Amino acid sequence: MSSNQNILVKLKDAGFKINDKWLVQGVSLQVEKGKIVTLIGPNGSGKSTTAKIALGIYKKVEGEVEKFTNKVGYVPQKISIDWTLPLRVNDFMVLTENLKSETINEALSLTGVIHLKDKNLGDLSGGEFQRVLLARAISKKPDLLVLDEPVQGVDFTGEIALYELIKKISDELNCGILLISHDLHTVMSATDHVVCLNGHVCCSGSPIDVAKNDEYKALFGEQASQILSRYEHKHDHIHTDEGKIKKN
Amino acid sequence: MFDDFFIRALVAGIGVALVTGPLGCFVIWRRLSYFGDTLAHSALLGVTLAFTMEFNIALSVFIISSLIALTLIQLQKRTNLPGDALLGLLAHSSLAVGLVVIGFLTFIRFDIMGLLFGDILAVTVDDLLIIWIGGAIILLILKLIWKPLFASTVNYELAEAEGLNPDRAKAIFTILMAAIIAISIKMVGLLLITGMLIIPAAMARNISTSPQKMVVYSIIGGLLSVILGLFSSLEFNTSSGPSIITAALLLFILSLFKIKQTIKLKN
Repeated sequence: MSSNQNILVKLKDAGFKINDKWLVQGVSLQVEKGKIVTLIGPNGSGKSTTAKIALGIYKKVEGEVEKFTNKVGYVPQKISIDWTLPLRVNDFMVLTENLKSETINEALSLTGVIHLKDKNLGDLSGGEFQRVLLARAISKKPDLLVLDEPVQGVDFTGEIALYELIKKISDELNCGILLISHDLHTVMSATDHVVCLNGHVCCSGSPIDVAKNDEYKALFGEQASQILSRYEHKHDHIHTDEGKIKKN
Repeated sequence: MFDDFFIRALVAGIGVALVTGPLGCFVIWRRLSYFGDTLAHSALLGVTLAFTMEFNIALSVFIISSLIALTLIQLQKRTNLPGDALLGLLAHSSLAVGLVVIGFLTFIRFDIMGLLFGDILAVTVDDLLIIWIGGAIILLILKLIWKPLFASTVNYELAEAEGLNPDRAKAIFTILMAAIIAISIKMVGLLLITGMLIIPAAMARNISTSPQKMVVYSIIGGLLSVILGLFSSLEFNTSSGPSIITAALLLFILSLFKIKQTIKLKN
């Protein structure tokens, strides 16, 4: 663990309940500068809730939540834009912070949607909108990025490119990333720390440690071990020409 | 120059339209039409209290409307009734109580029609001051909270996560709504104020491609409605409020032709 100055957000035994029903409880984790922390777990295991606790969206929270930065970029899991708002991509980019035109163009180019700049937000496809969401979150050069399934609906090649971009941003901006993803390949290859949730923290640690953990195996079952073995198999094959997937 | 009642009415109307333009856009975006109506209905109670206690009308309406808005927020938290039922409850009960109080005030002659539908003859130089100074303050505050208010209108969680404090912006906006109703009640009348907020903004929605454009078109639409409405009010001897709103409706109908064109282009 690195020194305290590097910590961007810290949860200690945090939990949240609505009407006496716990959405998630007993979560401890911290996101540091330059590190990627990934939350995995089945549907309804409290991943998005944990992200919202860390972001301060949920206010009446059990346990301790400390956020050390206000420069935050957030890609929510669900977002619906109302048709009553005439909103172009360009207007959406400056939603929470005023940015220079070059900064906007740069971010939109990185996620491959610069050609959509003057389009109405309502006219975008799901994948295009997802790329705009990611561009908006990174354009303000945040200290902390919270990405809740950031590549949902993006095509296969785009998905790989965007995950590479996320990894690159984490290195270049030295920002901390809290990532929620169902793609175990990515989790295993790009993440520094994995937290496996199922209403509480099942297990956590480096990707390799978590993959070996019995509780993880019990939770994800046959499928996970298959994916993991497929991952290792794939790693052997694409190691020479791409080398993207590194084994720690 | 303000000796002429018509000039006074025109200057007052222009002041009102400059403020209802941008506020009206938020009323549409945030789906607050019936909230505006509720505040406006409660204004009658404010007016009657002003007469009973010999108090400034605009200030009294502002206080009562703000109280009703706060009551609404509390009721939303503490009851299981849906929002529209609570709005209806507050709108009609405050209107009813206002009318009952008027019934008791037999010693004062009331121009109920003027209150409900606006009366250009009633606009005084003091009213002009209230409209222009109050309006300037409303616009200034709206400019200051624009970023968090707009961001939370698009998506509350994004605004909250990225540190914009949307709850505070929403509370301030509620107060601004009460304020615009207070300063424009004499011009448009309490039954039609929400029309002045919604109709020019709705017209603007039909012809705009960005939020900024919608605000500008909404202001222009409001100004045209006031000018057209007041001149016809003079010409046909009709109440000022209904004349202004009818003019706004005509502009809205015109804007439908523009939207028809864009839909055709899309297909």
